[in-house]
Amino acid sequence: MTSAAPASSETSRGFLGEARYPGIFGWIFSTDHKRIGLLYLWCIIAFFCIGATLGVLIRLELWAPGRTIMDAQTYNAVFTLHGVIMIFLFIIPGIPAAFGNLIMPIQLGARDVAFPRLNLLSWWLYIGGAILAVIALFTGGGPPDTGWTFYVPFSTHTTTNVTLATVAVFTIGFSSILTGINFVTTIHRLRAEGMTWTRIPLFTWSLYATAWIQVLATPVLGITVALIFAERVIGTGLFDPAQGGDPIMFQHLFWIYSHPAVYIMVLPGMGVVSDIIPVFARKPAFGYKAIVVSSLAIAFAGSLVWAHHMYTSGMSDLAVMVFSFLTFIVAIPSAVKVFNWLATLYQGSILLDPPLLFALSFILLFTIGGLSGLVVGAAATNIHVHDTHFVVGHFHFTMFGGTGMAFFAALHYWLPKIYGRMYDKAVATVAWGVIFVGFCILYLSMKIVGIMGMPRRYWDYVPEFTGLNQLATAGSWILAVGLVLMFVNLIRGVLYGAPVGANPWGGATLEWQVPSPPPTENFEADPVVTHGPYDFKKAGIL
Amino acid sequence: MTEDPAHIVPYRTFILVWLTLLALTGITIGVAQVHFGALNIWIALGIATLKSALVIAFFMHMKDETTLFKLALLAALAILAIFIGLTFFDVLYRS
Amino acid sequence: MSGHVHKDYTGAKFGMWLFLFTEVLLFGGLFILYSVYLARYPQAFVAGGAQLNVWFGGANTLILLTSSLMVATSITALRRGATSLCLGLLGGTVACAALFLVNKFFEWSAKIGHGIYPGSAHLKELPPGEMVFFNIYYLTTGLHGIHVVIGAIVLTWTMVFIKTGRVNAHDWVILENAGLYWHLVDLIWIFIFPLYYLILH
Repeated sequence: MTSAAPASSETSRGFLGEARYPGIFGWIFSTDHKRIGLLYLWCIIAFFCIGATLGVLIRLELWAPGRTIMDAQTYNAVFTLHGVIMIFLFIIPGIPAAFGNLIMPIQLGARDVAFPRLNLLSWWLYIGGAILAVIALFTGGGPPDTGWTFYVPFSTHTTTNVTLATVAVFTIGFSSILTGINFVTTIHRLRAEGMTWTRIPLFTWSLYATAWIQVLATPVLGITVALIFAERVIGTGLFDPAQGGDPIMFQHLFWIYSHPAVYIMVLPGMGVVSDIIPVFARKPAFGYKAIVVSSLAIAFAGSLVWAHHMYTSGMSDLAVMVFSFLTFIVAIPSAVKVFNWLATLYQGSILLDPPLLFALSFILLFTIGGLSGLVVGAAATNIHVHDTHFVVGHFHFTMFGGTGMAFFAALHYWLPKIYGRMYDKAVATVAWGVIFVGFCILYLSMKIVGIMGMPRRYWDYVPEFTGLNQLATAGSWILAVGLVLMFVNLIRGVLYGAPVGANPWGGATLEWQVPSPPPTENFEADPVVTHGPYDFKKAGIL
Repeated sequence: MTEDPAHIVPYRTFILVWLTLLALTGITIGVAQVHFGALNIWIALGIATLKSALVIAFFMHMKDETTLFKLALLAALAILAIFIGLTFFDVLYRS
Repeated sequence: MSGHVHKDYTGAKFGMWLFLFTEVLLFGGLFILYSVYLARYPQAFVAGGAQLNVWFGGANTLILLTSSLMVATSITALRRGATSLCLGLLGGTVACAALFLVNKFFEWSAKIGHGIYPGSAHLKELPPGEMVFFNIYYLTTGLHGIHVVIGAIVLTWTMVFIKTGRVNAHDWVILENAGLYWHLVDLIWIFIFPLYYLILH
């Protein structure tokens, strides 16, 4: 992190050189949306690296049946921690909190978000929740072993430190809510003159849809983990059959949030891809309005399908059929997006730069993940694959192959803007290739071994599954090598890369019209928007 | 902005709303003493909804806000209704 | 950051409303559980509701409605320049909050005195539906009580702002938003009262 500006000459360092307080305080007490965005970004990358390391450890343990490197209880704690970190500390805040903060206000032509101090509070809550989660590992009865889903009755009875973990999740959820409130208000109130609703970049549109889910669904998670807390601390037993409660109601409440949360995770990723593809195809986005409507439709339809996680829970058959039917509805707006991206690429003059490579792998991997989503979404086939590695493979394709790839695409697309320096594109392309190959080997093997019947979250397995598990583990090594290569290259680029101008990629959205890095309040004078976000001709790029 | 003095709500309006709210509270307590079977809960909920509509419209000035505020409120309530409604596809039809 | 920008009242109010929606959905989780368990144990919920004291609940309803009136009129008072009346009304609201909590304290004490509280031996002898009723009753009114405390703190804080002149006849959005929060506390109670205290008496 950088400290206060060296007196005069380096005006080009923009917001990076203009701190209100010295040293670290210029970051952790800054209300500038870009500084807060960078705080999030580096924390999120750090948590991703920890989560990925845990993932590699899980794969190592599964190298062979029986004990390989850890005992069963440790394994339970490790996969719980992997899930909690990746979901709550990486994927959910990943794109909205980091890149949403960095880029969204500039895309709107605003000087900051609507509530800058609230924005800083969000980050503090996020980091506070993360610290509580870490404390939960080393205090009480040891690290939580429930999986990230905290299912009752196990979560209310296990002696591990679930109580503190629920407080951590509540705190992080609150952070997410405040970010959502901030973003919705910002997009409604702080658009520059001429920034009409149909001129808002698709990335910002996706954040708008996401922010509404954050506002309306996250509180349900809050009350759900609060009820786990109450049940463990004062014994309220609302999910305890011995006290007349219904454990399935926990699953309802949990998934009422956690399924829409899947769209909190993936919608911003779709927004990143929607912004990148027109730039690197040198064509206006095909079906701009269709993509906007599909974002809102996904946000809404995603709130109707939560119980498709519960087909085998013992809920009513009618509910299984209703939710299975509703689940297929979500496929429609998702497919609308994919077709529009492809139509945008069609007959474009395509530049295969790293951001586009990651965006293209998003489309491919997310489509594969989406199609296997139909397998798990249909009640009949779900019964067969429920709680197997097929499901694990499926959600890694959508979450990692989807959101993860979009996050990497965003890193390669916007980091030059934020730091004003370019990474090595050739190394980035190689890293992309290694990541892609490792990814496919790892998660396709998981899907196959899952179809064969290997259950998820098991420490041990029958010898028949050994070959595919070893293939998956080998894939995890390739993936890890690719990730290390990518991050090292990016960090080298940030520190020593060649300086870039305001618009290295030729984008037409507002963030490319300000210097790289942008100055503290983004714009010298309030901008007036005269054309759409992908109108390269009027922007003078083509 | 709604800063112009025309938007200052007179005390009288608030007091009338308050009196109505008190009357509705009386009615809901009274009606609860009569047995309508399963209807009772719906009557109670109906009166509560009416009361909250008064609080939102007058005390919370929703009446004077733009369409955006009203649509947002509607969306939030609709989502809650959907959450409750869809849950009942499960709980009412367990075998 | 926003020193040179004109204060965006609409934006501030909209943000507050969004926050209120999150509160509605937070309590919404408990109302989902209430509705499900009411459908499953209608008789037990009637039996449970009959054991709650409608006078405590009714009195608290009156207290909260009146406090809401005072908050609403305090905004009118402030904007008309009647600062001391405004402060008096807000002080009355905070007093109402305290009265509400005292009332709640006696109500809960009476129940706990009868051995009815989460995890108690007596509660576990009751039929399953009544156990659920009392558990959810304590959780919902407890969570609401926390909101009463937070609301009272927020209003007190706003009174300090009014005293120091930071909130005044020309810049009153903080009072507006604090008031919105307090009205939400009232709104939640408007539903809690019939659902718990008046269920099929």
